Amino acid sequence: MKKLLNDPADVVVEALAGMAAAHPDHLRVDLDHKLVLRADAPVSGKVALVSGGGSGHEPLHGGFVGRGMLDAACAGEVFTSPVPDQILAATTAVDGGAGVLHVVKNYTGDVMNFEMAAELAAEAGIQVEAVVTDDDVAVQDSLFTAGRRGVGVTVLLEKIVGAAAEEGQDLAACAALARRVNEQGRSMGIALTSCTVPAAGKPTFELAEDEMEIGIGIHGEPGRSTEKLAPARDIAARLVEPVLSDLSLKRGEQVIAFVNGMGGTPLLELYVMYGEVKRLLDDAGVTVARSLVGNYITSLEMAGCSVTLLRVDEEMVRCWDAPVDTPGLRWGG
Amino acid sequence: MADLNAFQSWISACSASIDDRAEDLTELDRAIGDADHGSNMKRGMSACAQLAEQEDFSSIDAYLKKVGMTLVSTVGGASGPLYGTFFLRLAGPLAASEDVGPREFGQALRAGVEGIVARGKAEAGDKTMYDALAPALEAFDEASGSGAGLGESLQAAAQAAAEGRDATEPMVARKGRASYLGERSAGHQDPGATSATVLIEAAAQTLT
Repeated sequence: MKKLLNDPADVVVEALAGMAAAHPDHLRVDLDHKLVLRADAPVSGKVALVSGGGSGHEPLHGGFVGRGMLDAACAGEVFTSPVPDQILAATTAVDGGAGVLHVVKNYTGDVMNFEMAAELAAEAGIQVEAVVTDDDVAVQDSLFTAGRRGVGVTVLLEKIVGAAAEEGQDLAACAALARRVNEQGRSMGIALTSCTVPAAGKPTFELAEDEMEIGIGIHGEPGRSTEKLAPARDIAARLVEPVLSDLSLKRGEQVIAFVNGMGGTPLLELYVMYGEVKRLLDDAGVTVARSLVGNYITSLEMAGCSVTLLRVDEEMVRCWDAPVDTPGLRWGG
Repeated sequence: MADLNAFQSWISACSASIDDRAEDLTELDRAIGDADHGSNMKRGMSACAQLAEQEDFSSIDAYLKKVGMTLVSTVGGASGPLYGTFFLRLAGPLAASEDVGPREFGQALRAGVEGIVARGKAEAGDKTMYDALAPALEAFDEASGSGAGLGESLQAAAQAAAEGRDATEPMVARKGRASYLGERSAGHQDPGATSATVLIEAAAQTLT
């Protein structure tokens, strides 16, 4: 393992301390609970958005804390969900009286810990709604499985619903919008290499030089199959086609197209991928209303990418365009 | 019969055994999960092992509740809520006991295992910790029902847990992180069933 570390056991806390030092005007960090908080939280009368999950996916979620997006993020250990105490502390810290929306990715541990925290928050008199993202088409969803994973749509949802909360929508409206975004978004990812969890010290899985893993989640955990490496145009087709088909996207419909890097792939390659994705969408007659390309929901240093398509309506586009001011995403007034 | 000291020895033995096997647990999790089960369990169990030094407990159930809360607060992932719930529920039926015999422990074990099922919604054959715990509970009940003492019943439970753990190897996972592998999860022993077996084996060594 070759990483910029002191002690692997301290990596999360030290990263949070560094983050607070880098963004003193925007963020507060609670190192005891491992929380990233908006500097001005709680914002009175505003629905607060709280998310969180294992660390190692930066900028998700801590990097999306700020005006127009999240009010707080709970950082778990690397690839391990946060614990209920942390989530409760975040919820309590940011509740401005209008209630709190938990944005939870569908991973078993995340769902269980957020559920326990929501029960504790309710006992403390805080109104909490939770939305669980499950956009990964690589996973067969059935009553007998853990269901689809929450991946790329989580980023788009945090931006869109963050804007809705900022413009004063109430908790029920924010939760409804969040569920709509989740229902209209799908993702699919591939890996070219594994990543190394600091505490484990060696790569999570093995891939030969000429192999790729299709259908990965954000921990490098495998999905559909291991296949021979192919040119970008073929990989793009392997990612876009199942997403188009699962969303039943028709000619003339509009999407936000998101090509996300897993941490170890340069923008040069991500733009190659975006070009291929755009060409496939053009061929399918699907209009790209907005696009996003970059490393937003990563897996440490894993090489690879994911493609997310979100079928958008007018409200989603308006909320997407609204100003946002976070370390990981920033635009507008 | 087991008293508060015996329960504290149980947790201490769990912690030592998880410590020894943390790398194995992470290695099993590396194969079908995300390579953190050993480090997560080690962090949680060592926090639990320190409880007895930090605080004087007045009863077995107060102690086990604190163990449960500590696991919930330190482990994370799915194992935190699952093992946390197990110990919180285990405490319930032992509320009035200073010395726990096979009948009380059987009731507690059942409550604990049912807690895991309620939290995780797992069924037999899903390739989870339940596949070690369900046969352990059954073997415990059978042994204690035919007159065995606590230690002897736990020996039977530990053996059944180990067999259940081994039986997870060919299974296709339907819950948790491993379920994303589908058919490719077969051929690997489940890390949750492995750590659950460690817990029961430690009980067999300490609660007699």
